[in-house]
Order: sequence, then structure tokens, then C-alpha cells
Amino acid sequence: MKLNVKMYRYKPGTEPHYDTFPVEVPETGNVLDAIERAWADHDMSIMFRHACHHASCGSCGLLVNDQEKLPCVTPVKDYGEGATLKIDPMRNMPVITDIAVDASVIYQRMQLIGMPIIRNAETLRPDKRTILPEGLETFGRFENCLECGLCLSACPVMATDPQFLGPMALAAAERLLAEPRGVDVEHIYQLVDDEHGVWRCHSSFECTEACPYEVDPGAAIMRLKRKVAGRKIKRLLGG
Amino acid sequence: MASEVQPKPVKRKPMEWFNLKGKRVGFWGYVVMRLSAIGLVLYLMLHLVILSQLAMGPSAWDGFVAIAKSPAFLALDIVLIIGILAHGLNGIRLSLIGFGVGVPRQKIMLWIGLVLTIVFSIMSALAIFSEVK
Repeated sequence: MKLNVKMYRYKPGTEPHYDTFPVEVPETGNVLDAIERAWADHDMSIMFRHACHHASCGSCGLLVNDQEKLPCVTPVKDYGEGATLKIDPMRNMPVITDIAVDASVIYQRMQLIGMPIIRNAETLRPDKRTILPEGLETFGRFENCLECGLCLSACPVMATDPQFLGPMALAAAERLLAEPRGVDVEHIYQLVDDEHGVWRCHSSFECTEACPYEVDPGAAIMRLKRKVAGRKIKRLLGG
Repeated sequence: MASEVQPKPVKRKPMEWFNLKGKRVGFWGYVVMRLSAIGLVLYLMLHLVILSQLAMGPSAWDGFVAIAKSPAFLALDIVLIIGILAHGLNGIRLSLIGFGVGVPRQKIMLWIGLVLTIVFSIMSALAIFSEVK
């Protein structure tokens, strides 16, 4: 399958620009394969981050045609023969070079919450084979979060408030408050009940749309808003 | 010693609030909310300026009323109604989902709000212009 990779290029001290590389990848290939072909066949100075090639490490997040994607699991056939794939670095993160961003923005936020959730079940998401308890139609798992940062890139609030906790950390906080496992929840409430916390979210749900693992951070933030508001009301009433 | 690479800093751009490139339906609601809010604030200021003409005597006010009855001015009233409906109905949606009500149906709620905005705006336009002689 023939494609054009229109790649964002930036090297420190130079002006950003785009380079376009014609590539050929198998029809069953993914966007990461196309980027690797551009690197191997045209320009080995292209810098990009990747590791596992199967949506497990979350390190390759970027924009394909202005939408947040994990290129390792985004099929090229979604774009069609002869298409141009415009590749940009994730938004709201400093660009180190080309499409490699300084991802510390992601991990600093998760560290604030404490990252206490350890996965101990392997049912990742419901499908037709999943047997659910009676009364449960579906479920979402925050533990599926890859920490890829695509939600931080997609969030319009992140574009203007660098201190905003962001969808990933707020969803982690909601998960923690739902099941504290002995963690000091007061510290979490203080973090999220803040102008840069849960109240800064303006419900565009771009985070939910961008999430490659259907973690649905947008819904988690709404549950968190209710939880924080309920706690405030209870306190006002002397509870 | 090798010098450390300085990343290209993020430019915080409020115009990103209106950048629809690659965005989905929830973001349109976000943009509509901001544009209608700015429009309504400007309208409120204009409204106060116009009301201040009351202090300048009946002739000043009568002059304004004559302008306000013109079809061009009435068209602006319809723009105002669209803004109020879009902002108000989306505001109800945001209040509900902010309390965790109907979150899985937030997109449908947005569409319902937009359809109601269109329907009531058309009804208002018909009512306003049917009065024009």
C-alpha cells in the first residue's frame, strides 16, 4: 500500500517544517510501520518514540491528521491507498525534536496522585464472550490506562492552563477515591478540589474520544465532580 | 560536556479553544459555549449602553426605538435568541453531566440541545417577522 508520510520536523535552533516521504507498507500495517519506513528508507535523523508495537507501552502517541492516535495500533487501511498521513507531535507537551515530546508532563501528574492501583485481573474490556454479573451491562477499567498521554494532548484546557491536573490524573484520583486501599484521601481531595483540578474541566470529552483503551476519563471526571460537590454540600450542612 | 537539548516550549494559545481540526462532537459543544458566552457578554454591555439613552430624554429613546423596529435590527434579535438558547440548553446539559447525570448520553444531549435551538430559533424568527409591517 502506497502512502505519503508528511512528517513534522523540528531540530533545536531551527524553524519547524514538514517533510513528505513516499512509503510502501503492507495493507495490514499500522501507521507506526509507515513512520518506520520513512525513517529507514528516507531519513534516519527522524526522531520518534516507540517500543512495544502493540499498545502496551503507550510511548508512541502522536497526532495522525490532527487526531490523537497510538500509531502502533492505527491501521493504515483506515486512511486508504495513496493517502497522506500528516504526523505531528502530541499537543500541550514541549517538543524535544521532530515528533518526540518531553513526556514528563504525563508522569509528574500521575506521581501527584500516587499511582496506587495495581492490576490484578486480566479482563481488560468487555466483549461478547465476557460473562458479566446480573444487572451489569458493561464496565470500564481505569487500570487499562497506558499513560500514553493522548488525553492530555487532546484536552483543550491543557492548551491554556499548564497547571491543570488533566484527564489522566483526575481519572486516577476518581479511581483511588472509589477504592482508597488505606491511602490518605484528604490529600487527593485537596489536589482535585482546586482551580487547577476537577473544576477546570469544561466537559469537552476530547479525552474520552482520544483514549485508545476506552478508559473514559471524561466520565470519571464527572463522577469526581459529583463526589467533590457532594462532600462540600455535606460539610456545609454540618455532616 | 555535552550541552543539554532544550525542548521547544509549549505555546499556551487561547485560540486553541476554537481550533476544530481533528476534534469531535463534544468539542463543538465546548466551542459553541464559549462563542455564545462572549456574544452574550457583548450583548449585555450593548444593552446597558442603549438603556443609558433613557437618561437623555424621550427624543433620544424614540430615535432608538425606530431603529430597533427595522428588519436588520430584528435579525440581530434572532442571533441573540440563538445565543441564549444554545448557551442555556448546553448549560443545562453541562450541569446534569457535571453531577454525573446522563454522562453516557452526553453526545445525544448535545444534539437534542442543538436541534431545540434550531427549532425554537426558527419559531422565534417567524413570530418576530410576522409582526413586521
